[in-house]
Amino acid sequence: MTPPPPDKKTVQQVEVLISTILRTGVTLSFVLVVVGTVISFAHHPAYLDSPGTLGALTAPAATRPHTLRGVLEGIGQSQGRSIIMVSLLLLIATPIVRVAVSILAFVYEKDWIFVGITAVVLLLLLLSFFLGKAG
Amino acid sequence: MTPLYFTLITFTMALAAGLLGSLLGLGGGIIVIPALTLLLHVDIRLAIGASIVSVIATSSGAAAAYVRERLTNLRVAMLLEIATTAGALSGAMISGFIQPRWLYVVFGVVLGYSALAMFHKKPPQFRAPPPPDRWADRLRLHDRFFDPATGQERAYQVTHTRLGLLLMYIAGIVSGLLGIGSGALKVPAMDLAMRLPIKVSTATSNFMIGVTAAASAGVYFMRGDIDPFIAAPVAAGVLVGATLGSHLLGRLQGRAVRLTFVVVLLWVSAQMLYEGIIKL
Repeated sequence: MTPPPPDKKTVQQVEVLISTILRTGVTLSFVLVVVGTVISFAHHPAYLDSPGTLGALTAPAATRPHTLRGVLEGIGQSQGRSIIMVSLLLLIATPIVRVAVSILAFVYEKDWIFVGITAVVLLLLLLSFFLGKAG
Repeated sequence: MTPLYFTLITFTMALAAGLLGSLLGLGGGIIVIPALTLLLHVDIRLAIGASIVSVIATSSGAAAAYVRERLTNLRVAMLLEIATTAGALSGAMISGFIQPRWLYVVFGVVLGYSALAMFHKKPPQFRAPPPPDRWADRLRLHDRFFDPATGQERAYQVTHTRLGLLLMYIAGIVSGLLGIGSGALKVPAMDLAMRLPIKVSTATSNFMIGVTAAASAGVYFMRGDIDPFIAAPVAAGVLVGATLGSHLLGRLQGRAVRLTFVVVLLWVSAQMLYEGIIKL
């Protein structure tokens, strides 16, 4: 079976777009991680010189924002750790956006088998946020 | 140890892990997790949660470059991602209820394997033409790539698609369970089983690692296993280290240097096994 010639220009545009999405997501979240960390330390001077606070932050049972809502509420109070969580979520979302864009590219090429394949990947990625709650 | 000191130490260790990982062609995660657990006594689940985020960062950064160089086979990547994300979800779920000691044990085994695989000498490149595969024809997985070594475009045929999917599901489980990219499992699945050229295998594996890691990261986040105070310095450190590694220097080629690192990694692998089997 000979493949139909792909539209070279579109394929290239999609590849550049994917590359840009990945780069932007990583850079933005890196900057936010640094900002969030600095704010955390600025808000809590005890983090700088009190050894006792570390245990409370990194103990397995410590509370940490783990719902979208919890993260967003923390942002409202400009909590450093919530800014860090947003940036980490942005990082997690970057490949997910990349997959979503790929669906559009396959729709444009009318490659329905791959539209289906990519949609399954996207569903599995979104499913992860529900499975975590159950587990 | 104060939180500030912890952050600085973790960042530095993650930076070293990212640098070393990129020089050795392993990932940062497989090095940073033993460092966090064995040296800083961080809970292994939180170390895994932090590492999986850093895996997304480095994979996405590297994938951006590979896609531009047109080495990645996007169709193969997308097809196999069904298997790797399903595996990653399974792995992340399993890690939620097995005892931490088993995480140490499996980690020790995978690290040992990766270290040995790194040193495995490739047999001379002679390959019989790949057997035809209806799945690969039907899904139009065959492609061509620009080989910088010869300066020419080269077409290649993909084969054993179903075997590739099965191996990728296993690689996904390992990735989700241990919070590593598991490129050491993905590249051979494409290179040896599906017969993609090694450069395409490496680029495509890197491209897939980010999506695979995102699947398990969602599970870890919702479970509360991603600690901002651990994940922030780890993600930032590994990213900076890996970026430095890929820009400043090439791969470490010297046999003696690589042998040294294989020995060190095997020793770390033994430490992880010891932690899981004897101490916990």
